[in-house]
Amino acid sequence: MFCLIEFTLDRSSGVSTYLQLAHQVKQALRLGTLRPGDQLPTAREVVESLAINPNTVLKAYRELEREGLVEGRPGMGTFVRQGVAGPTLADHTRVRRGLEAWVRDARAAGLDQEDLRVLFAVVIADLAKEDVA
Amino acid sequence: MSAALEVTGLGVRYRRTWALRDCSLSVPAGRVAALVGPNGAGKTTLMHTAVGLLRATEGSVRVAGEAAFVAQDKPLYDDFTVAEMLTFGLRTNRRWDGEAAAARLAGLGIPLKRKVGGLSGGQQAQVAVTLALASRPDLLVLDEPLANLDPLARHDVMRTIMAETAGRELTVLLSSHVVSDLEETCDWLIVLNGGRMQVSGDIEELLDDHLVLTGPVGASEAGMRVVSAGRTDRQVGLLVRGAPSPDPRWQARRPGLEELVMGYLRNPESTAMPALTGVRP
Repeated sequence: MFCLIEFTLDRSSGVSTYLQLAHQVKQALRLGTLRPGDQLPTAREVVESLAINPNTVLKAYRELEREGLVEGRPGMGTFVRQGVAGPTLADHTRVRRGLEAWVRDARAAGLDQEDLRVLFAVVIADLAKEDVA
Repeated sequence: MSAALEVTGLGVRYRRTWALRDCSLSVPAGRVAALVGPNGAGKTTLMHTAVGLLRATEGSVRVAGEAAFVAQDKPLYDDFTVAEMLTFGLRTNRRWDGEAAAARLAGLGIPLKRKVGGLSGGQQAQVAVTLALASRPDLLVLDEPLANLDPLARHDVMRTIMAETAGRELTVLLSSHVVSDLEETCDWLIVLNGGRMQVSGDIEELLDDHLVLTGPVGASEAGMRVVSAGRTDRQVGLLVRGAPSPDPRWQARRPGLEELVMGYLRNPESTAMPALTGVRP
């Protein structure tokens, strides 16, 4: 079967393997590379490429299931649930272009990468506060 | 969960020396169990007893179903071709899935016409594991399957074994010196030391149940189950099992698998056998 997502492992990250797998699925949902109805690779497929314990894959999928992102269909596999809406591809592209313009602007103003990260985090935090208030 | 391997009060004696003494453990079906311990700990003796190559002097070993064994020196006949090894397997095993074995070897790019002696170390390991799997065992026992293999070959051998455990209910018991090799692949840990069992249990549960503590000399150790301790003039580092003492000077974190294993090996008197609760008086 053609796999929609290819897992990778950072063995030096200290993050447990199942969390890394779950995180990569969420990332793919956010980026729109995985969409509702898509099938996740089977435990066997993941195991054959990463040489990890199959239970680790099942644990990652259980975690995603608990969070309501995917569902296991007995005998068929694990699928992204309907109604799990990531941003549409068009929105994604538009927002990304805006962000690229912003990054160029900030660089031109002399901000380095670390400045950008801090600024970005501060703005996100501030807006989150406004939403609550 | 039924046990795939059940060892009760096992002792094995060679002439006057006990290689194993008073060992009890139970590995649930479907697990990939890592057997670790220093040289001479009794790992090979335990595996030989499990697959019936050695007889228990006392106690018992019970395997649910059929066991297959891959010895450390990967016993293949150098002058046989890979295809002849498969035929040999067919003639010497009651259960034999030669088709799956041939398909797996083809998938690995190992030519069936090549003589075994002409294969690389990694390919020989793959052939040995494939032959063991072809007998459709319920328990696969591997003695140092990754020794003398380069990192790529190690990864490939583990991929073969992991894929098989994903496809059907297979329990694996494998020994290794290198704990980091086992971190991603094993979900059960058995620590043997000096012929005695120190640890047997689910790896996640064991890691959840232990803490690495660091603190100044004099921080309270009252009420803690200390597995092992390292001390300098000013600082103490502990591996503890269960809850830490409430002394706020301790900094706590979850141990890695290697730290857990080393902690026990450094202190042979410590044991953690959570899986055996209720099995023995």
